[in-house]
Amino acid sequence: MAKAKTRKHSPVFYLFLFPAVFALTLVIIIPFILGVYYSFTDWNAVSGTQVNWVGLQNYTAVFNDVTFLHSFIVTSVFAVINMIVINLVSFGLAMIVTNKLKFTNIYRAGFFLPHLIGGIILGYIWQFIFNNAIPAFGNTIGFSWLAQNPFLAERNLAILAIVIVSTWQFAGYIMMIYVAAIQGVPASLLEAAEIDGATYLQRVRHVLLPLIAPAFTISTFLTLLNSFRIFDVNLALTAGGPAGMFMGRALNTTEFLALNIYNTAFAFRELAQGQAQAVIFFITITTIALIQVYFNKRKEITM
Amino acid sequence: MKKRKLMTLEIFTILLFLIFMIPFFLIFINSAKPTLEIIVDPLAWPQNFGQFLENVQYILTSPSVNYVSSFMSSVIITVVSVAVIILVSSMAAWVLVRAETKLANVIFMIFVAAMIVPFQVVMFPLISWFHRIESTLGLLNTPFRLLQNYPGIILAYLGFGLPLSIFLFHGFIKGVPLELEEAAIIDGCSKVGVFFRIIFPILKPITVTVMILNGIWIWNDYLLPLLMLGMTGNVQTLPLAVANFVSSFVRRWDLILTSTIMAMLPIVIVFLFLQKHIIKGMVEGSVKG
Repeated sequence: MAKAKTRKHSPVFYLFLFPAVFALTLVIIIPFILGVYYSFTDWNAVSGTQVNWVGLQNYTAVFNDVTFLHSFIVTSVFAVINMIVINLVSFGLAMIVTNKLKFTNIYRAGFFLPHLIGGIILGYIWQFIFNNAIPAFGNTIGFSWLAQNPFLAERNLAILAIVIVSTWQFAGYIMMIYVAAIQGVPASLLEAAEIDGATYLQRVRHVLLPLIAPAFTISTFLTLLNSFRIFDVNLALTAGGPAGMFMGRALNTTEFLALNIYNTAFAFRELAQGQAQAVIFFITITTIALIQVYFNKRKEITM
Repeated sequence: MKKRKLMTLEIFTILLFLIFMIPFFLIFINSAKPTLEIIVDPLAWPQNFGQFLENVQYILTSPSVNYVSSFMSSVIITVVSVAVIILVSSMAAWVLVRAETKLANVIFMIFVAAMIVPFQVVMFPLISWFHRIESTLGLLNTPFRLLQNYPGIILAYLGFGLPLSIFLFHGFIKGVPLELEEAAIIDGCSKVGVFFRIIFPILKPITVTVMILNGIWIWNDYLLPLLMLGMTGNVQTLPLAVANFVSSFVRRWDLILTSTIMAMLPIVIVFLFLQKHIIKGMVEGSVKG
């Protein structure tokens, strides 16, 4: 009886795990190993042709590729801005819809609604808004700057446009995470602080924020990774444009990493080099994730 | 005093809500115009709402959109993939929680790590690997061929959907008391019975979350269908159809916007019907996550 903990499980029990392991192996593990291997070869995906080992040749090509370097920088800048904006907006929305308002449920549903629409469709819709509706709006209200500066025609404005679209898309989703966290804070704590004479801002800063810190961790993690991986909106909204110069080379100024990899492999048929870029992309994302996890662990210890 | 503050907040929120809805409004009014009217003023109220039906009619009969068949394919792929993901990941998560062995922990960690692998690393090898499987197994001219067909894309969605789903189920099952299962076993229930009769019904809240997250993703996904089904294959999803349509036309915004409405309408309708469950599921899911 003392050993009740070490029950023996029947083989049927372990059979329940099999489909998941099988699918993961087939869809992610084997293609991942192949993908890393191909990045050291001259693979071109044409079946029947031999795959030859070329060592670090693809990686040297990537590091000498100005468009990839540019893409790396622009994506990093975009990802950080996007993460900050989305989280500020989502937190603000969550603070609003956790009040006792008349139509709270309608607001929540409405803010969440854009998240239902895919990036490709969103990209087309907003392309119309930026190219047609906003200039027309500028003319109507007599603010000619809006009419003369189409967002998608200048690099910084185009990046801002992508931030606007992905905030519209993600704010309602991230808002839900904050709503859950805020609802989990006992009302008695906030009331006690109020009785003690704390102002609204003090209550938020010293009572609410520390208690919902885990929600911030999850949300910043999710939004930073998603911003780094953005593809659909990038493709459908700007397709990498407008053209510009970087280190003496003409290139697409809003071509983020995922799109850059896609173009290298698809448009230029450099599949092996695309694989090398993807591996570097993977290492970058893993590093970001590990750094985040590390800092969270430290925070948890001090708390 | 407090009431007045709430009233101000209410009005502010209504304004914010309306701003959030502007894009939907713009798509709607411009889908009810002919091209010329859009060019003249994209902000004006449409002169004739009958135009909307004409635009819809055009998309419905357009051979590059192939709306009815694309819609059916999207529904089949989304529904089957989500159902399989829920079944397979809840079973796996249950084993991984209850096994209490080192190996189970390692396998769980591999699933968690797989969440970080970007699609770009595996996408091209996946296609050539699936191609190799189907030609080696002689599936090419059978209904079970993987590429340009349902089985391959559903298998791929299962693989890509598993990590997050297992992670969510795992977190939930950890909180389910073991005594429930032991009581059922004493009452003569088999292991399989324990899962389907006791555990699976308890998982309902997190199942809703898993369903929503995967459903939204698969319905809207573009790159995987593009690679697995191809632009010109027999099976086409709605996002592919819209992208196909847009690239075949030189900025006919009236028709493009109508096609985007028709692509998003199904999921928006589902959302409006299940709104309460979805909002609740999203909030509950994120507490666990």
